[in-house]
Amino acid sequence: MDMSFSPEDEAFRAEVRQFLADRLPSRLSEKVRLQQELTKAEIEEWHATLNERGWLAGNWPKEFGGAGWTAIQRHIFEEESARAFAPRVLPFGIAMLGPVLQKFGSKEQQDRFLPRILNGQDWWCQGYSEPGAGSDLAAVKTTAVRDGDHYVVNGQKTWTTLGQHANWIFCLVRTRTEGKPQEGISFLLIDMTTPGITVRPIVLLEGTPEVNEVFFDDVRVPVENLVGEENQGWTYAKYLLTHERTNIAGVGFATAGLAALKRIARAQVANGKSLLDNPLFAARVAQVEIDLMAMSTTNLRMLAQAAAGQAPGVESSMLKLKGTQIRQAINDLTRRAVGPWALAFPSEALEGANDDRPPGPPEAAAATRAYLNNRKLSIYGGSSEVQRGIIAKQMLGL
Amino acid sequence: MEFGFTDEQTMLGESLAGTLERSSDPDALMELGAGAALLSEDHGGFGGTGPDILMVFRTVGRAAAVTPLLDSVLLGAGILAAAGETDLAEQAASGGIRIAVALDEPGQRFDGTVATRAEGDRLTGEKSLVVGADSATHLIVRATDGLYLVDATAEGLTRRSYPLMDGGRASEVSLTDVPGRRIGDADLLDRPIAAAILAVCADALGVMERAVELTTEYLKTRKQFGRPIGSFQALQHRMADLVTEVEQARSAVWNLAGALDTPDRDRHVAATKSLVGRVACYVAEETIQLHGGIGMTEEYELAPLARRLLAADTRFGDCDHHLGRFVEMSAA
Repeated sequence: MDMSFSPEDEAFRAEVRQFLADRLPSRLSEKVRLQQELTKAEIEEWHATLNERGWLAGNWPKEFGGAGWTAIQRHIFEEESARAFAPRVLPFGIAMLGPVLQKFGSKEQQDRFLPRILNGQDWWCQGYSEPGAGSDLAAVKTTAVRDGDHYVVNGQKTWTTLGQHANWIFCLVRTRTEGKPQEGISFLLIDMTTPGITVRPIVLLEGTPEVNEVFFDDVRVPVENLVGEENQGWTYAKYLLTHERTNIAGVGFATAGLAALKRIARAQVANGKSLLDNPLFAARVAQVEIDLMAMSTTNLRMLAQAAAGQAPGVESSMLKLKGTQIRQAINDLTRRAVGPWALAFPSEALEGANDDRPPGPPEAAAATRAYLNNRKLSIYGGSSEVQRGIIAKQMLGL
Repeated sequence: MEFGFTDEQTMLGESLAGTLERSSDPDALMELGAGAALLSEDHGGFGGTGPDILMVFRTVGRAAAVTPLLDSVLLGAGILAAAGETDLAEQAASGGIRIAVALDEPGQRFDGTVATRAEGDRLTGEKSLVVGADSATHLIVRATDGLYLVDATAEGLTRRSYPLMDGGRASEVSLTDVPGRRIGDADLLDRPIAAAILAVCADALGVMERAVELTTEYLKTRKQFGRPIGSFQALQHRMADLVTEVEQARSAVWNLAGALDTPDRDRHVAATKSLVGRVACYVAEETIQLHGGIGMTEEYELAPLARRLLAADTRFGDCDHHLGRFVEMSAA
């Protein structure tokens, strides 16, 4: 057994760390550290910096302009990025659509779309969920009806993350109503500037319009924007989900969150004592740290399996479930750590445009928001209940 | 990066599992090399690393076998080896002698308080929960000024033995002016006790694996309301949580196995024992509940497994004790 990283991997880690030290501006890392919302321009700036180095698409093969990293290298990059409070790479184009186009898209689609994902010309969003299709994704009702060289799309998508910034959306649409629901779904690429599309923001309970509703009213989409074959979209969607799950445990986020939690707690003083010296609070922090130590190793065991050529299986459901519990526990403790300042709820605070500084330590306003926002972790990407169902059926055969 | 066992470790695990299916006779286990696998080559064995310990004790745990491997070999021979008593260590690892290690005393609570005193190599004091003392040929006794080797039949030594939750036996040992031989300082215990904690955790992992198998099988076969109870979502989700926690325990055990001979050992001892102890109790409670009435019976295979899991939490400090140690080390 050798649980250490290879010398090559350690050299890679040093390279990533140096790059982050050289190229990550503190105005970005400070916002990430304080869990403030990044503007579209700031996200694009960081993507461009990574792309210049050839590191934007770590998961893509080199032939498509990616970095061609191993699972271990991707893990190291994510770990170092989290440690340095670098903005995360948005998953929609890079982690989700890219692998689908590379596997199932036509040569024309690959040549047309992949470079534009890398150079930032296109901002993609995900059109999966609908008001009536959440955990039961196969129930999508948005229709695409063939009319000559076009599909005519009607319906509604929802929970479209950062759709307000996007100029393209990849959608699951219904192209057949008879037969099994899974066998009538197609994977369609839609230009958001097409007439008939309306985007309406949904403000979440932490006060930010992170997600949107997207309405389609007789939207005409050229047939060449169909990925793969008609009615095979469910297969592509499932493939996409396995790619979405390589970093599903969120070890990097949890590690950075725990470090931030300890720093906040150490600075909080009650009755002359640091909060970290409060036995009850210290025990709660220790508990989550111990859980994270074990979960990181579970994650590495899965990565080692992936490196040995085994596809991620039901283990990714356990990682999603446990990773979510740990991250939400850290969010909860961080909210508690700021004590009375967790009462303030200044919605301008995260936007940085208002001079009215929130009271308390600078992390305070963000702590409550992050707690509220990260309730989503156990809901999206297959809720915790869906993951438990997968584990029970696929792993235990119940 | 590599998580796994060497071919030799895997082969030993398989033959050990095969032998334990038939019997847990100590002579057969020692003949197989299960004892020698727990000592390093320097000390006359052929293993002794974290993964060796993990493999042997996970296998023993799966079989819920009662063996002298933990107390007489890993702990007893381990202390003797650390004290430079190589011949005795080899004898313990091969089953020629049987060691019981007397650490705890009445009135202490996982805190290692010792009152037993040595005066001119003669020991007087009370020892509690001395595992395997009734079948031991020798005792290693912790006194205020170090460790002593004592003949188990020496005059002035009395043993009152009783059964333990994990199926083994322990004794209350009373020492009155008993001759002993000092073998070293108490810090010789550090590595052997860390190794023994790894063994308890690996044993619990094996027990949990078996308990999960039993419960899964039961959920598939037991029918109520006209269908297998495993088809009910409430029970499916409890099982999913259960196996997710067992996976956490598996990773925690690997963490300690990997850190056993590194400077980070004590932190991992605390983290792993705390996590495994907590999960072990959870698995015991949940597998009983998921079985329903049959899980309450002594006749069914789950009963000894559940008790062994509770014992695993208690032995060498329970989950709260080690959580507290982890906090102390984090603050330092």
